[in-house]
Amino acid sequence: MEYGLDLEYSFNEFLKGFGLSSEIAHIIWLPLPMLLVLVAAVVGVLVTVWLERKISAAAQQRIGPEYAGALGVLQPIADGLKLLVKEDIIPAKADGILFTAGPILVLVPVILSWLIVPFGQNLLVSNVGIGIFLWIALSSIQPIGLLMSGYASNNKYSLLGGLRAAAQSISYEIPLALSVLAIVLMTNSLSTIDIVNQQSGAGILSWNIWRQPVGFIVFWICALAECERLPFDLPEAEEELVAGYQTEYAGMKFALFYLGSYINLILSALLVSILYLGGWGFPIPVELIAKFLNLPINAPFIQVFTASIGIVMTVLKAYLLVFIAILLRWTTPRVRIDQLLDLGWKFLLPISLANLLITAGLKLAFPQFFGG
Amino acid sequence: MSIAITTQFICFIVLSLVVIIGALGVVLLESIVYSAFLLGGVFMSVAGLYLLLNASFVAAAQVLVYVGAVNVLIIFAIMLVNKKEDLKPINDIKSRRIISTLICLTLLSLLIRVDLTNAWNLSSPQNSIGEESTIRIGEHLFSDYLLPFEVASVLLLMAMIGAIVLARRDVMSKDISTGLPVDQELIEKSSEPLLTNKN
Repeated sequence: MEYGLDLEYSFNEFLKGFGLSSEIAHIIWLPLPMLLVLVAAVVGVLVTVWLERKISAAAQQRIGPEYAGALGVLQPIADGLKLLVKEDIIPAKADGILFTAGPILVLVPVILSWLIVPFGQNLLVSNVGIGIFLWIALSSIQPIGLLMSGYASNNKYSLLGGLRAAAQSISYEIPLALSVLAIVLMTNSLSTIDIVNQQSGAGILSWNIWRQPVGFIVFWICALAECERLPFDLPEAEEELVAGYQTEYAGMKFALFYLGSYINLILSALLVSILYLGGWGFPIPVELIAKFLNLPINAPFIQVFTASIGIVMTVLKAYLLVFIAILLRWTTPRVRIDQLLDLGWKFLLPISLANLLITAGLKLAFPQFFGG
Repeated sequence: MSIAITTQFICFIVLSLVVIIGALGVVLLESIVYSAFLLGGVFMSVAGLYLLLNASFVAAAQVLVYVGAVNVLIIFAIMLVNKKEDLKPINDIKSRRIISTLICLTLLSLLIRVDLTNAWNLSSPQNSIGEESTIRIGEHLFSDYLLPFEVASVLLLMAMIGAIVLARRDVMSKDISTGLPVDQELIEKSSEPLLTNKN
């Protein structure tokens, strides 16, 4: 199954053609995918912010941004520039060091998690063996940053928001990890590449969503809760807590929170599409189409074509989920804190545990369908 | 390979410095909040050391368990009870410090002695298992390390039950400290204060 573009290999061979050693070529290669992913994440945020504004406007029968560029597409850039040039305020009685470190600790793990998001067979920053487990581990760092900024702001609303955020993200991490575990059980691997390849057998029919419908729903609810999106946006509930842990933040530090939450949303959508919706797979397997049209699958132009289809499919699936998340945000009311914790501990946790057990049983009973 | 080895060496030095200075900060800083956050930094650097040793699964588990669970709970508890007041000065603080320093130095010398006398069986970089280690850990946990693994889970269960009993006083018919019958209806209802002298 080793097909697809290997850009790193070609790039290194290209540089070696100029007489560079393979070490130097590797060092020149290293920052490129990281930079690309960073740019992709930021552009993704801009698109999501624009979508959020437009879709919320449509949901409330408004027009939304209109004058900044065609259909207001430049509005997010204007927002970003405004935040960039705003004065950076640290409140007089706040704790300066923790106040600055908080937003960084929230943003960095989210961006690091992009390490494992594949857009094709070889189109990811690093195919680390622990794959999806890395994301679970990294996302558990975030509450520390939230608690830190909540505490350092020296404001009761901030502290309450930080505490709520930490409680929420601890509670929903467990069902999230359990539903990922059911997928890993079927794949026999933690690597995101293997998870997608295991779903690529029969196109749309072999996607994990049909074999893990409960896991899919649990994962999506938990991902929304981890991103603090409505109906789970209690940490920043405007009517109760002003803006939660973000209350005292302005300028670039606020922008870091803003970026972090939107990058996290896109990352969660990407991971749902990788874990349950076949990742870069086209609904009909590309190999079948190539065979039908009598095209050689290993020809360079076919490879470039399949790779671009893969990227388009991944992004399309992810943005479909982002669209659902935005629609949910503008149509559902917020849950109360006790309802939130009840849902997490008394409903999602037992259900995901049962899902894991049933998956293990089905794997033993029908190894050909549930991964032998 | 010289660039890779140099990078590894620099990473090792930086991580070790962060672990040592951070751990000293945890112990010596006056502010309990700073100590708790520094503890998180120390745990992260230890995870980085595991990564340098090619144990990526252990590193991720370290981050998940120690940073994501233990440290978050510590900070959570501190923030729930933090009263922003200075701790009371202790009278014989000097002698206590001397005693604790002595104990720590004794433990350190014990560790150094173990380190120097033990013949460490190091595997060479060629036959290190790398990514295979996840599978190997799983095999060990379900074969020869099964009993310690299960006993650890019993320990966690005991801690959990203890916490529930402490938090919910209505599970017992009598209050532990006052000996009065406990109201089974509502926990939030005002009851007799816990630490009153019952004559």
